[in-house]
Amino acid sequence: MKAPLSWLKDYVDIDVPAETLKDMLFSCGFEVEELTYLGKDISGVVVGEVTECEPVEGTHLHVCKVDCGQKGTFQICCGADNVEKGIKAPCALVGATVYATAKDHVTVEDVTTIKKGKLRGIESEGMLCSGAELGVNGDMFDGADYCGLLILPASAENGSDVKPLLGLDDCVFDIAVTANRPDCQSIFGIAREVAAVLKKEVKEPCLAYTPKMDNYEPIKITDEAPDLCPRYIGHYVKDVKIAPSPLWLRKRLAACGLRSINNVVDITNFVLLELGQPMHAFDLRTLDGRQINVRRAKEGEKIVTLDGNSFDLSPANLVICDGVKPVALAGIMGGLNSEIKDDTSEVLFEAAKFARDSVRKTARALGQHSDSSAIFEKGVNEYTTEMAMKRALHLIEELGCGTVTTLHADVTTPYSKTENKKMSVSVQKINALLGVEVPAGDMVRILKSLQFGVELNGDELALTVPRWREDIDLYPDIAEEIIRFYGYEHVKGTFLPSALITNGGYNKTQKAELQLKKNLSAAGLCEISTYSFYSERDLDALHIPADSELRKAIKILNPISEELSVMRTFLAPSLLQVAVRNLRRGNLEGKVYELAKTYIAKQLPATDFPEEKPVLALCMWGKYDFFDLKGITEFIARDLNTRFEYRPAERVYLHPGICGEILADGEVVGYLGALSPKIGAELALDRSVLLAEIDYDKLTEHARQFKYSPISKFAEEKRDLALLCDKDVSCGEIEKEIFAACKFVTEVRLFDVYEGEQIKDGKKSMAFTVTFTPKDEDISERVDGFVKKILSNLRYKLNVELR
Amino acid sequence: MDIRQKIKEIENSAHEALSSKRAALADDLIKLKNDFLGKTGRISELMKGMRDVAPEDRPTVGKLLNDLRSAIGEKFDAAIEGAKAKELELRFKKEAVDVTMPGRTPETGAVHPNTLVKDELVSIFAGMGFEVFEGPEIENDYYNFTALNTPADHPARDMQDTFYISENLLLRTQTSAGQIRVMENKKPPIKILSPGKVYRSDDDATHSPMFSQMEGLVVDKGITLCDLKGMLDVFAERIFGKGVKTRLRPSYFPFTEPSVEVDVSCFECGGKGCRLCKGTGWIEVLGAGMVNRRVLEGCGIDPDVYSGFAFGMGIERIAMLKYGVNNMKLLFEGDIRFLKQFKD
Repeated sequence: MKAPLSWLKDYVDIDVPAETLKDMLFSCGFEVEELTYLGKDISGVVVGEVTECEPVEGTHLHVCKVDCGQKGTFQICCGADNVEKGIKAPCALVGATVYATAKDHVTVEDVTTIKKGKLRGIESEGMLCSGAELGVNGDMFDGADYCGLLILPASAENGSDVKPLLGLDDCVFDIAVTANRPDCQSIFGIAREVAAVLKKEVKEPCLAYTPKMDNYEPIKITDEAPDLCPRYIGHYVKDVKIAPSPLWLRKRLAACGLRSINNVVDITNFVLLELGQPMHAFDLRTLDGRQINVRRAKEGEKIVTLDGNSFDLSPANLVICDGVKPVALAGIMGGLNSEIKDDTSEVLFEAAKFARDSVRKTARALGQHSDSSAIFEKGVNEYTTEMAMKRALHLIEELGCGTVTTLHADVTTPYSKTENKKMSVSVQKINALLGVEVPAGDMVRILKSLQFGVELNGDELALTVPRWREDIDLYPDIAEEIIRFYGYEHVKGTFLPSALITNGGYNKTQKAELQLKKNLSAAGLCEISTYSFYSERDLDALHIPADSELRKAIKILNPISEELSVMRTFLAPSLLQVAVRNLRRGNLEGKVYELAKTYIAKQLPATDFPEEKPVLALCMWGKYDFFDLKGITEFIARDLNTRFEYRPAERVYLHPGICGEILADGEVVGYLGALSPKIGAELALDRSVLLAEIDYDKLTEHARQFKYSPISKFAEEKRDLALLCDKDVSCGEIEKEIFAACKFVTEVRLFDVYEGEQIKDGKKSMAFTVTFTPKDEDISERVDGFVKKILSNLRYKLNVELR
Repeated sequence: MDIRQKIKEIENSAHEALSSKRAALADDLIKLKNDFLGKTGRISELMKGMRDVAPEDRPTVGKLLNDLRSAIGEKFDAAIEGAKAKELELRFKKEAVDVTMPGRTPETGAVHPNTLVKDELVSIFAGMGFEVFEGPEIENDYYNFTALNTPADHPARDMQDTFYISENLLLRTQTSAGQIRVMENKKPPIKILSPGKVYRSDDDATHSPMFSQMEGLVVDKGITLCDLKGMLDVFAERIFGKGVKTRLRPSYFPFTEPSVEVDVSCFECGGKGCRLCKGTGWIEVLGAGMVNRRVLEGCGIDPDVYSGFAFGMGIERIAMLKYGVNNMKLLFEGDIRFLKQFKD
């Protein structure tokens, strides 16, 4: 929201510097995001009178003597075609800063400092300036658009600063307005707040006009969609003379960045900026049947808006129609068919309230946005709708650009809000919410400064809420108004003196999760955080078949891009991306993990809350192999006091020979393996990538509370067994049999695998260290017996022999 | 041979032994010492010969023998000590290492900065009695908006900001959604923290379509705006350092009233104004406010009996401020050179 200081001064006597006002607005909830001084780049430019002007032979130049009053008289060489003796123009003295323009003499390219110089050998001590060189256009100063010198009035005092004369001493506040204060989307709305914060009166804009009575042919206005258009006001103006607007009005628009079009259009824009009520003017001769009908568009109905864009409409779009056709897209833009033209002589002014979500949905659906739609989306109030119409009619009279008639139609509906809200609030309750003792007198003063009607009866404040304050709902809203102006510095920290003690902290699951993360990190892995969504193409890259469960994913209806459109059902694609990214950046080895949710729909398309299933995923790349990865999964099992078993498995994106399932207590809880070399080659990876995923909920189900067991006073016994077995016997099978054969076995550790010269074909040698742990008896004499039993078991079950 | 001669002889031979080449190592010296002074050593042997000495000579000879024993003993002991010292000296030299050579460290990883910040926040508020509640990331319209007093035509509900997966289901845009789930199931006193991922349709240098928030909620009797301020003062000092202050200023959230934006005094420059705080001396860190009466009512909590406050902050934002990370993307890229730097 842009508010020029000079415009705010129309309504409030502002007697503090702009910077101070900026801080004051901030304190009451209006952050000034930018404070722009219009003439900030211009300095050292004064009024100069050309007292001598001689052409330079063979050039377009003139040598001038320029009288700059107290600053002196300077010889200046000037190339403008409108330089002549006797004129006054802005004179940039040596050391002055002005804009450098492009060859078109209009486009500002840079800020330049004026130096003493020579043009065609003639000394020049300064420069006479055009409007563009000072950042001034024709809306800010008459004649400033001329591509030559900006001619100043004869009354301008030689040597005086040109900035006040050209309006360059103004500044513009760019204010962030919160969504609850649409009434402040206007200069006057901000002025009300400025008045309150400065403890001054606000001066209301003039709304007076004298309508001319006559026997006018009536104009019929109907509202068939009161839910989308709660209020519609139309007023007929005749004898319209389309002409340029006066300078004061053009200057106001220019300060807010709008170009002048013509008097009637400028009035609607002025009212939009000043009061925050979008208005529209229809050329009455184009309205079939002299009527306006507000209704939902018919399926397939068309409109071409002022900017020439054409739209196919549906009943979701609200349109303003005449007796036959749509003439405006309600609240967004007028139709080309009813546009104000240079010969327009009769105008119907519109000021209405359109429902904010209706305007928003139509603007978004059609991709058609305007200053008007931006305001309606935030919301307008009917107090301002009424006020805006009066203000526009006043300006018609003031500008003398038409005759205001008595023909006025004001359509109210059951959705209209024409009454002030009344409420009664308790002083004590407000203070109890704030925790601050604000005296009732201060509350009254503050609320009155915000134009509330206030009556204090004991503890009760009887309030009449201004009609433009539709955000005021319950007493906490009043509490906020009060503390906004009483000052947040009165809010002193207290520490819940009245609250009960509660027991805080992580629960067991949350604590375990954090502990696991810390342990994995201590074990050398980095935790990562990746997006919860990926692309169908990421699944294609992993060769996930079309009918795979992994493809049964929830899709975002309105994704930012296809890349981020599918809620993930597993983490492997995200982790693989991280590995690839690291490898491409030269991080040739790495180990990472992520604990994050996957999203499993109960049915598709999703109509109910899906299952959010946390998964612990691991990824390693570079120098690591399968057993480094498995070392980590075993570490995880140990961390949770459980034991994993592994069995060969297949997964489409993993190496068929380096892939296993992870089981806990017989249940599959995850998988691990190496990325298929085929996919690695497709991704141009020259290093191996390992992946594992574990269902975190299942994992925690199998976690056991650790139990202390007393250390036996009897020593552990260890035996090394070198076994000869068939090649296809797995380590896991042997381990399992060893455990099964003797209850004292607490650890079986493979330490060597050998195939080669001394081993028969089809056989291999595997060497294990077996640990026997006694409980409360000495087993040293019995270990040889245990070993015998183990060996006979192995021989019988797996055809394994001692080497 | 006369016993005195023998004594002389032993004395000489001991001196010889001590100066011989054999006497360089401590272990050899100990053996030599034993040859003279051990139980079966030459002096002990001589002692046995005392029987043959005339009784009147015994005291003199006895003294000579004792003197010899202690003299030789002292000399050997000194030689042994000297040899040991030399040997140790040699060993020191031999075993000396270049202490500037690298140590063998176990490989270490790191937890994600978000986890660090989340855990630090939890530990601060846990001490004040807050429990941790984690709600679902896929929410429905009711929990994410309606119950949070966000009317149906509120701009925040627009498709531009929210990711939808069906007409009614969406990716939650704020952890505030968790507030409602807690208040529906738990009666005051309530003190909860609700950390988690949230999603908004925004993607640029300072916005990410997925980020994390931490929501705090207190509902009890007599809770005031001053209590909110007091709690945030503690938070600011614990997270950003001693002496960091908070400042409240008016703001708007549909589910709180009054609503405030909370700034902390710049911990980089102490409030004088620097690049981090863009010269203002203050840094915006979170939004907060007194829980809207309509929200309490909707959850079946009587707003005339109970009041409360809520606050919400972006975990990435706190992490970026705390660690000086200037690009949010870094937090989601998984570059191990970035991640490995973070320490608890």
